[in-house]
Amino acid sequence: MNLWEITAFTVVTALTATALMIPPGLFLAWLLARRRFRGRLLLETIVSLPLVMPPVATGLILLLLFSPRGPLGRVLASAGIDVVFTWRAVVIAMTVMGLPLFVRTVRAGIEQVDRRYEAMASTLGAPPLRVFYSITLPLALPALAAGAVLGFARAIGEFGATIMIAGSIPGVTRTLPVAIYTFAETGRDREAAILLGVSAAIAFVALWLSNHLSARAGLRT
Amino acid sequence: MIALDLRIEQGDFVLQVRERLEERAVVLFGRSGSGKTTILDAIAGLRTPSAGAIALNGRDLFNAARGIDLPPHERHIGYVPQDIALFPHLNVRRNVLYGSRRGQTLSLDTVGSILEIDALLDRGVGMLSGGERQRVALARALMSAPEVLLLDEPLAAVDLELRRRILPYLERVRDALAVPILYVTHDRDEARRFADRIVVLDRGTVVWSGTSADFAAIRSDPRDPRASA
Repeated sequence: MNLWEITAFTVVTALTATALMIPPGLFLAWLLARRRFRGRLLLETIVSLPLVMPPVATGLILLLLFSPRGPLGRVLASAGIDVVFTWRAVVIAMTVMGLPLFVRTVRAGIEQVDRRYEAMASTLGAPPLRVFYSITLPLALPALAAGAVLGFARAIGEFGATIMIAGSIPGVTRTLPVAIYTFAETGRDREAAILLGVSAAIAFVALWLSNHLSARAGLRT
Repeated sequence: MIALDLRIEQGDFVLQVRERLEERAVVLFGRSGSGKTTILDAIAGLRTPSAGAIALNGRDLFNAARGIDLPPHERHIGYVPQDIALFPHLNVRRNVLYGSRRGQTLSLDTVGSILEIDALLDRGVGMLSGGERQRVALARALMSAPEVLLLDEPLAAVDLELRRRILPYLERVRDALAVPILYVTHDRDEARRFADRIVVLDRGTVVWSGTSADFAAIRSDPRDPRASA
């Protein structure tokens, strides 16, 4: 697996993970921004947990869940889908680790949307789902984009959870950060340095873009 | 016809109103803080009363005893709030058509020509003047084919000159489209000019109710809430 392939694999899996974050992330962000319910604080805490837990610990939880004997892994295995130590595990680790950043950003964006617009839409006959996609979502779009870019950047940099559930199999699960670690460990400094440059460049562009979009959304970052 | 039997508590403020509003144009009159907007919000379903009932043309919108509380989108009410709240990401046409229902009798042509907004349809809402925003908001509410139109201080934010120009549009809506209107204001002249019936509110209760002719006859007494402007 050459450096180009490692980069491409990482970008494609991170994009997939970002796409997977969006549906549940949007729902969670809306729920936390707009609904008052019992257990809201608990849900908020659980959603943010991967931000503060050691990623390796999150990875271990994922490994227990998705291993062929784990509660989710067993179901998937019976459908013929292997997860652990495949590219799917990479995507899962990236999604779980990126989701909190996505949810927090989008939630802040939804909270900025003036509720009078939503109220007016509902008096005009729009049911809650239509209010969401025709009013809330378009008005929170810059925040959604900023959240997606942040989630993507976090996915690109994912290491701890990935190494636990996907390992570092060349050509199968080896992502940029994992490759940097492996190259540095084995004295292949030139490769490690190149990948370091690549990941720094991706992170820089993504953060810049996210800050730009957040500024447009009127969010403080 | 709106039947109100409402109790709304909000901190120290208690609103208690029991009225049947059958006229074509009813004005809720009173100084700010008397509970006028609270009543509109309750009818529209944007605020839940602590007790009582609201019925529109015999249909329960809210009934605490029977556990009925229709969501706003099922109430068939057109609401023009004081801050107008046109959708900033949609142009005028898409704002106006946002709530239009299939098979409704009012067409965009009719509403557009009555309110003279035909020429504005392809503009962004940021490009509108104060009076244009008022008319677009009115058109948007009308296009949802409401059973009643709630107008919250429609002329409060505009200057005297603009008032003189917008009021005729409101009167046209009242007369030509036959949509019953509940109109909130704290302006005596506006109330007298617009209403078939005036309901005067003070600190959450109805202190007077009658025709606009009777209302005009009330002597100006600064301590009388009916006289407050």
